[in-house]
Amino acid sequence: MWRDAALVAGKDLRIEGRSRVALSQVAPFGIVALVLFAFALGPDRHVMAKGAPGLFWVAVLFCTVLAIQRSVSVESSDGARDGLRLSGIDPAGLYLGKALAVAAQLIVLELLLTAGVVLLYGARIDVPWMIVVSCLLGTIGLAATGTLYGALSAGLRVRETLLPFLLLPIAAPVLLAGTRIWQAAMAGGTPATGMQWLRLLVVFDAVYLAIGVVLFGPIQETA
Amino acid sequence: MAPAALPSSAVSLRDAVALSGRFPLLSGVDLEVAVGETVLVEGPNGAGKTSLLRVCAGLVPLVSGHLAVFGLDPNRNRVAVRRRLGLLSHVSHLYDDLTVRENLRFAVRAAGGDVARIEPALERWELVGRLAKTTAGKLSAGQRRRVALALLTARWPELWLLDEPHAGLDYAARSLLDQIVLEAAASGVTVLIASHESGPVADLATRVVTVTGGRVTGERLLVRADGGRSLSARVDRLEVDRLEVDRPGADRPEADRPEAGRPDSDVTHVAPLQGSVAHVA
Repeated sequence: MWRDAALVAGKDLRIEGRSRVALSQVAPFGIVALVLFAFALGPDRHVMAKGAPGLFWVAVLFCTVLAIQRSVSVESSDGARDGLRLSGIDPAGLYLGKALAVAAQLIVLELLLTAGVVLLYGARIDVPWMIVVSCLLGTIGLAATGTLYGALSAGLRVRETLLPFLLLPIAAPVLLAGTRIWQAAMAGGTPATGMQWLRLLVVFDAVYLAIGVVLFGPIQETA
Repeated sequence: MAPAALPSSAVSLRDAVALSGRFPLLSGVDLEVAVGETVLVEGPNGAGKTSLLRVCAGLVPLVSGHLAVFGLDPNRNRVAVRRRLGLLSHVSHLYDDLTVRENLRFAVRAAGGDVARIEPALERWELVGRLAKTTAGKLSAGQRRRVALALLTARWPELWLLDEPHAGLDYAARSLLDQIVLEAAASGVTVLIASHESGPVADLATRVVTVTGGRVTGERLLVRADGGRSLSARVDRLEVDRLEVDRPGADRPEADRPEAGRPDSDVTHVAPLQGSVAHVA
């Protein structure tokens, strides 16, 4: 399973490295979203800093939808999805590999977006490790749910519109927990409250990874 | 309970029904393909040839009936079964952003195959040098087809499912494909070829199965002389361990034989079949 996961993740990242969709389209989209949020909030730096955690995670969520759609579309051209099904790869390994590749891309995007909220919104981070852990756990949760729902919508003609509709409500706990953890880790926050939300993210990740490992194969066969 | 497949059976379909929505793809197919046999599935467009291959590959589920591939249920042993088969279909299953070599490497490693077979396969299909480093998205349709065939050659699975294998290939590539299919058959690989043109691929097969309207409507046994001449026999029922067919007129005087003087005229063909022959006409 882990060998297959590494193989699939390597393949997806190699494709991304060559096509650079995440870097040339998804990352600029995230930055543009942050800039537009700043326009919407107005010039008050205090309001922007206060809203930074939520806006960061909303931007991450939107980028996740695009990253998942790209991950699905890689398999949709020239019968690649059938090729993958026929390849003999363990479905659990396939799920983990695709989620791992999406997570790696999201981590890079989150680094850029973190720099964006610090520079654009003037956000001050007091507990950096908490931000790092929340990003890692949030990324795992988003990649786990996104890959699962991406497979669910993969065979449908309306997948581009269906995926956000399915994914965004399911990913709401990540948005909520991520925002609370960021608020706790930022200047004026209480780090102790962040720990509860970190635990929630751990549970969310574990549940969705387990569901994905078990259900990805059957979903892939029927979608 | 579904009847057990014969141990030497590569593909066993019993009363197989498959649907696409409400549209019937297969309407009760019975087909036994022995290990090492090369079977041509012929029929007009829309007869169900491609569906038959996709069912065998486990890509289309049966709504009723029974399927076993190498004695295994593909639904319960999906990974194990799929690692033992290769499907050449209308699409090439390639990643546009990976090079030819990377596509092969990924597919062979995914199937647990030997990566040492990749370079010989690339050379055989003349996909070497700059072409091997070209991304698949930049290839022509014919080149993509060659890559798909190189992939099959590199993997060398136990069951080859070839859907219109000559489509999109030039004469040289078709000849090479025929040669490789014959090599595969000689090495014990089971081959199922679907084609609406029986002529060009008939020489590869030992048996022809006709599919019409999602059903098997006829079978012919092909018996090949050493010189490549094919004799055919209509077979109503095949249940034999082996079938020996002598050249017609072998018992006549030498001068009366239609093949007199030909070095390949003394033909005895052993077809790898199961059971007994009820009627051969």
